[in-house]
Amino acid sequence: MPDIGNKKTFSLDDAQVMVVIGSGAGGGTLAAELAKKGIDVVVLEAGKLTSRGEFLPDEWASFGQLAWLDKRTTSGSWRVARDFPNLPAWICKTVGGTSVHWAGASLRIQPHEFKARTTYGNLPGANLLDWPLTRVELDPYYTRAEDKMGVTRTHGIAGLPGNNNFKVMYAGASKLGYKECSTGHMAINSAARDGRTHCFQRGFCFQGCRFGAKWSTLYTEIPEGQATGHLELRPESQVVRIEHDKAGKVTAVLYHDAAGKLQRQKARAVAVAGNSIETPRLLLNSASAKFSDGLANTSGQVGRNYMRHTTASVYAVFDHKVEMYKGTTMAGIISDESRFDPSRGFVGGFHMETISLGLPFYAAFLNPGAWGADFARAMDGYAHTAGMWIVGEDMPRETNRITLNHDVKDQFGIPVANVHSDDHPNDLAMRDYGFERGEAVYRAAGARQTYRVPPYPSTHNLGTCRMSAKPADGVCNSFGQTHDIPNLFISDGSQFTTGAAENPTLTIVTLALRQADHIAEQMRKGAI
Amino acid sequence: MESPVVSDRDPAGTEAPVASGAPIAPTRRGLLHATGLLTGTLALSSALAALAPSRSWALEMKGLSSHQGAVLLAFTRHLYPHPHLEDAVYALVVKELDSKASADAATKTTLAHGVAQLDAIGSGDWLKRAKPLQEVDVVSLQGTPFFTLVRSTAVVALYNNDMAFAHFGYGGKKGNDGYLYKGFNDLKWLPNPPAAASGPIPKA
Repeated sequence: MPDIGNKKTFSLDDAQVMVVIGSGAGGGTLAAELAKKGIDVVVLEAGKLTSRGEFLPDEWASFGQLAWLDKRTTSGSWRVARDFPNLPAWICKTVGGTSVHWAGASLRIQPHEFKARTTYGNLPGANLLDWPLTRVELDPYYTRAEDKMGVTRTHGIAGLPGNNNFKVMYAGASKLGYKECSTGHMAINSAARDGRTHCFQRGFCFQGCRFGAKWSTLYTEIPEGQATGHLELRPESQVVRIEHDKAGKVTAVLYHDAAGKLQRQKARAVAVAGNSIETPRLLLNSASAKFSDGLANTSGQVGRNYMRHTTASVYAVFDHKVEMYKGTTMAGIISDESRFDPSRGFVGGFHMETISLGLPFYAAFLNPGAWGADFARAMDGYAHTAGMWIVGEDMPRETNRITLNHDVKDQFGIPVANVHSDDHPNDLAMRDYGFERGEAVYRAAGARQTYRVPPYPSTHNLGTCRMSAKPADGVCNSFGQTHDIPNLFISDGSQFTTGAAENPTLTIVTLALRQADHIAEQMRKGAI
Repeated sequence: MESPVVSDRDPAGTEAPVASGAPIAPTRRGLLHATGLLTGTLALSSALAALAPSRSWALEMKGLSSHQGAVLLAFTRHLYPHPHLEDAVYALVVKELDSKASADAATKTTLAHGVAQLDAIGSGDWLKRAKPLQEVDVVSLQGTPFFTLVRSTAVVALYNNDMAFAHFGYGGKKGNDGYLYKGFNDLKWLPNPPAAASGPIPKA
């Protein structure tokens, strides 16, 4: 849908509106669903409105245009803290959030992964917990989400055609005997559908899809919500505090508008979808006399259990040209290793997904900080290089967490988030095994050289306001409704109880659909 | 095609290098303002020569001297040694360093001190020092602010321009309209995956 703008706006004093903070996969979907049900919603988005026509086919310039570059700090033994001390995450500050940047992989979390604590046991050093949800309960919503997003190989939608990078992956995977390798389940149109054209294989998925073939709330959910006359989008509106009344119900949010002026928007209820770093930061920064440890934090779990997936990449150089950049970034997926099989030396599983980087980002991420002849040789092989990303389940740990860094303030004088992460031994074992399998795939396809590439700044940020059956174990219930404050909701990947091995966006959208039904019902009942 | 020529049109040195005209004669006004000049010629065999309007290139600097520019170029060649990559591309790193130096006095000092230190090692002119010894010097400076500044600037500037894209084989903005009908799935040295694992090409 084209950008139609707001058909209706709401007063700052309108205490009947639902405020949704963030317009990405979670917030954008929730807001649109509520609006379609006739519920008035104000979406406060920290980033600017950038239209598809403004996207840039230039990695560094696009990064400057879309990425969340406000300062953050890092600590812990993860390598990102050394390589990118102020950039723990590669996510977006723009209308549509990280749904503008994502690669489109849309995989359902597997049934056993919802029961991580039961399946994996009480792993020392991990804070595992079963989700208060089963796959069976979520399946109808997954089906709706896949239809909405146009996920390939669901609802009769054809797969995307494979590109060069996929061809290399497939050749290696089939030689190794892997059975589950295809161009995957992608929220990228393989044919025109739902008012959006098909993919033209630009290779700039990370830089925003200028054809709109890839699903993003920027040009689907948000304009659809606006068209109902029940959704007002306010870009460049950064929320800095959520307020509550004496009874402990949230009543308003304070935000800096595009002019930097502090505004107070009253609210009937508030949903926070600022990604797994900003969401807990906002709850912690909203501490009050009544909630001295931050909002919805009776459990002490706000900000904890930060997960980022056990990522890594393998790049491999071949005798002949590959030109991995020609076509979709995530062009193929091997899922055989996503099973639960502790004989490999770790719990949880991982997927191998093709990835490609342009020359500028290949230089930046291949081996951050590296220089010299070996690095130069790797760059010389760029055109002959194929690449894959390993995305696996990492362990939630109480000590991996988002905290407020009171020594560092943002442009509004608010403490920034510090992101602390130490790999669990299970994460290290999985990454090593993933490296070996990734290298094996490429060697089977004829690679003459392979490179193990450490994690990039995290794009999958999860778990910092997790859902739990018992209030003592987490921050919200299975509907994302916080245990402490019934009219405060978590609507992004922060809700995830565990990370599972799958790219999270499909599940974030699925949870938003389910949450919208729940919120509407609660409002109908007068409960919120 | 980008070449490292800086003209009057780019006073801040922030935009992408401006394509040059025929053999570059820096403008009078440019020379008056320039603090230094780097020049070179693309090799006849260079793949980049086909892209360039001229085989000659020049970089006018606004904060660094000609000598400083030449030392930084040589230093960068040691950091990211691509024997067949033209100096014209390395000059883009110098351009970026010069731009940073003109914008920030502390950066200018860091670069000046680094070059002076190298010259001192090289008895006055580091450029005259034997290549293997230069290599040792570069390694020995690892961890210094000078090294960090040059390296972190170089890893971006060296690989983020059309000449580098042409040299290393990356499509860059040529992909903006999509490869679907031009060059998609053109790898011939491996078999096509079965149709079930892939998908149909949409009709144009």
